[in-house]
Amino acid sequence: MEIERAIRVEELTKRFGDFTAVDHISFSVGRGEIFGFLGANGAGKTTAMRMLCGLSIPTSGVGYVAGFNVATQSEEVKKKIGYMSQKFSLYEDLKVWENLRLFGGIYGMSGRAIAEGTDRILNELGFAAERNTLVKSLPLGWKQKLAFSVSIFHEPKVVFLDEPTGGVDPVTRRQFWELIYQAAERGITIFVTTHYMDEAEYCDRVSIMVDGKIKALDTPRNLRSTFGVASMDEVFRRLAREAERKGD
Amino acid sequence: MLKYLIEKEFKQIVRNSFLLRQIVGVPLMMMLVMPWAANQEVKNVQLSLIDNDHSTVSERMVQKVVASGYFRLTDVSENDAQAMRSVEAGSADIILEIPADFEKTLVNGGVGSVSIRTNAVDGMKGGLGSSYLSSILSDYSADLRAEYPGMMTTVGENLPTFSVVPHYAFNPHLDYKVFMVPALMVMLLTMLAGFLPALNIVGEKEAGTIEQINVTPVKKFLFVLAKLIPYWVIGFVVMSLCMLLAALIYGIYPTGNLLTIYLFATIYILVVSGMALVISNYSDTMQQAMFVMFFFVMIFILMSGLFTPISSMPGWAQAITYLNPLRYFMQVMRLVYLKGSGFAELLPSFFALGSFAAFFGIWAVVSYRKSA
Amino acid sequence: MRCSAGWLGKRNGKEIEMKQFLSFIRKEFYHIFRDRRTMLILLGMPIVQILLFGFAITTEVKEVQVAVFDPSRDVATQQIVESFRESPYFRLVEELDDVESIHTIFKYGKINLVIVFGENFAENLLHTGEASVQLITDGTEPNQASTITAYASNILADYAASLAEQGSLPYQIVPEIQMLYNPQSESAYNFVPGVMGLILMLICAMMTSIAIVREKETGTMEVLLASPMKPIYIILAKAVPYFVLSILNLVTILLLAVFVLHVPVAGSLVSLLFVSLVFIFLALSLGLLISTLIDTQMAAILASGMGLMMPTMLLSGLIFPIASMPIALQWISLIVPARWYIEAVRKIMIQGVGMEFALKELGVLLLMTAVLLVVSLKKFKIRL
Repeated sequence: MEIERAIRVEELTKRFGDFTAVDHISFSVGRGEIFGFLGANGAGKTTAMRMLCGLSIPTSGVGYVAGFNVATQSEEVKKKIGYMSQKFSLYEDLKVWENLRLFGGIYGMSGRAIAEGTDRILNELGFAAERNTLVKSLPLGWKQKLAFSVSIFHEPKVVFLDEPTGGVDPVTRRQFWELIYQAAERGITIFVTTHYMDEAEYCDRVSIMVDGKIKALDTPRNLRSTFGVASMDEVFRRLAREAERKGD
Repeated sequence: MLKYLIEKEFKQIVRNSFLLRQIVGVPLMMMLVMPWAANQEVKNVQLSLIDNDHSTVSERMVQKVVASGYFRLTDVSENDAQAMRSVEAGSADIILEIPADFEKTLVNGGVGSVSIRTNAVDGMKGGLGSSYLSSILSDYSADLRAEYPGMMTTVGENLPTFSVVPHYAFNPHLDYKVFMVPALMVMLLTMLAGFLPALNIVGEKEAGTIEQINVTPVKKFLFVLAKLIPYWVIGFVVMSLCMLLAALIYGIYPTGNLLTIYLFATIYILVVSGMALVISNYSDTMQQAMFVMFFFVMIFILMSGLFTPISSMPGWAQAITYLNPLRYFMQVMRLVYLKGSGFAELLPSFFALGSFAAFFGIWAVVSYRKSA
Repeated sequence: MRCSAGWLGKRNGKEIEMKQFLSFIRKEFYHIFRDRRTMLILLGMPIVQILLFGFAITTEVKEVQVAVFDPSRDVATQQIVESFRESPYFRLVEELDDVESIHTIFKYGKINLVIVFGENFAENLLHTGEASVQLITDGTEPNQASTITAYASNILADYAASLAEQGSLPYQIVPEIQMLYNPQSESAYNFVPGVMGLILMLICAMMTSIAIVREKETGTMEVLLASPMKPIYIILAKAVPYFVLSILNLVTILLLAVFVLHVPVAGSLVSLLFVSLVFIFLALSLGLLISTLIDTQMAAILASGMGLMMPTMLLSGLIFPIASMPIALQWISLIVPARWYIEAVRKIMIQGVGMEFALKELGVLLLMTAVLLVVSLKKFKIRL
């Protein structure tokens, strides 16, 4: 059973001086699950995510990603995960295929696997014609879809998506979530943060962080009925109203 | 992994046409223009003449001064005040005043005096200008003596004399370019292997792309190495190109062993790359990185003996130069390039540069933390 | 920056614009002050440079390391060697035994001058008149070599004169040399104006251009341009802090020059400040021009480094005399603004002449400022 948990977190805490950014959070995520990680700005989402990616060392508590301890085996963790953020995911001054080649190479894929994977992904996305286009000249929605494909190019166990659909139109967002479902079906665990509550509804389970703590964690349907409201949006607002910290 | 990262860096450099033009264009410009511009030779000194004598002797003297090539007669004044105005307006650098009855005094008394006043705001120009002028005058007096052998001495025939033969080793014509060319190569390497990678790394930091790399299994060491290698390669190519240009255009060939030059260049590249990494580790923005770099490189250059001899500095300043890696490499380049020094003669610099490389290397590794 | 609708009703537009402008300037100051390291360097750079140029960087030749090759070892050569030993400029450090080492010794880079006597020097001196001394200097540093040769020749000439008992050769032309403005030949007199030009160029042009391009690159420029602020004010607001900084630096440099280096302000302080102000405006408009032409910080750094700092160091007469350059470079130097500024400062500050002698320089600077300002504003408008 332990093996089947893609992410397991117990009492994970991060302090910066007097400030507790992440306050004893515990949860676990199953293999192939789409896990929504919600919270207002400043609630501690990013810090938690950075710890899970091995970028930041926890002050206390333990976290396992793909079976490896994020504090002591961060390099092993990194081999098993993918990461995509809204801010940056691709090198703008490289061409589409060059970005795929670079990240494939970074994760130790063979030259052949890279070449085949590139063809497959470009066909799936319908990007074959853009193979030699510089990333900076692609529209934002295309960039995001490509970035997601790059982040799961090496078939990671878990992929972390940090507000992946920010600034993208609804149609593209819809297409983006199709890609996420496909990946989850292949057994890739999806860990996603978002500010769009309609997207939260697409998740298998959702956690909501307030002031560094996880205040709610369940399926969207259960959360709605627990709080007795009609939408995730209202669930979120109820919880966020209790926050004492100021968002940024 | 490294292969893919290096490939990426090269592609990014090549695609950045502006950067590429700079990388290729600047060294070319430096080699073609700087040796001519970076020249502390004193030539074309503007001479203002006040000739109160108007005699044959004084006129021949002026002719001789102008014929020397160091001076250009730009102003002939009637009196002091007029000549001083020319100096103030910048149309004269040096005033030569010949007193009335100069010829008469010279022939009768044997000693005639002239007055030289020089604009010494630029101390070196003033100093060299006046010493050139006095040596021309003393040559002229020797000419005069030779013309009237009967008046050889006032005492007798057998004046004990000896000749002084100046010889300028390694650079018989005192060509300033010889002095500057090897130093320019040092500056180029500093720029290519120091400035550019530091800016590049901070640039990725600022753009946030470094985060993306941090979540991949890429070892920081590899990532940085991949950033440095292209600049090392470019550094060597550019240096070789410069040596070729120096030989073709100025006829300045390396006298010493090419291997020695490349060996020291390798160590030096490690030193500046280490510095670049240290600076990039402590900087968050390119502006910051550039200023820190600029600040130190400026001090390093000034204290390296590039323009002014280290031996002229006061004791404390000379002591500081021992902490300046540029000083060693500058010295090595000039020694090997111009004097053909061998490895044995350069051993102290070798150890010094080696220590700097180790020092900055360790500092760079310690100051970098991939995760906090 | 944020202006609520209520204000708009109460106050007139001009006043609000002023308020906005001031808050923009405040923002720019925050940017600069928050970055301690850059701040420290901006303020420290002129100090370090002035001190280095004032005390460490000198072309004055002293403690020349001398080696002697003397196969004669007679009275005459020993007297000559003795007079070198007594001179404060020379230090005898080595006696060479074989001809080989005369040239190899230079390869260690320690010896500056080798004095080589001929054989049977004293005998030749008295009888054949064919005695000779060779002064071998390290020609790789040309100016040092010629100065050393001149000093050494002087010592030898004195010795020669002492040989002629009466000490009076005929046809002697004795020059009386006077160093105007800078009797001690202090290099600081030359460098202070140069450092002023360099620092002002660096801070105004380079910093401003990078600061503007930085906002372009990070996308915050779009945000600012979308605000109700007029674009020209946004740019002006960016320039103001650097203007203040450069005034601060100017004052630092002048104070250090006068009180630490003892370089007097010989002319009118007002004229000096006026010329400096013109130059600061010129440099700011140059920075603005660069920022309108360029989109990335890296490019801005390289462009201002190569296009501004290099020419300022090389072609302004800061270190290298312009008169010695080939004609083509002398022509190019005419468009280097720092050249005119440094020239004007030298005249006004060091030579102490009135503004009327620096009219040409001032005119050129004013003209350049006007042209740059017009071109960059035009470009700026087009780019919007």
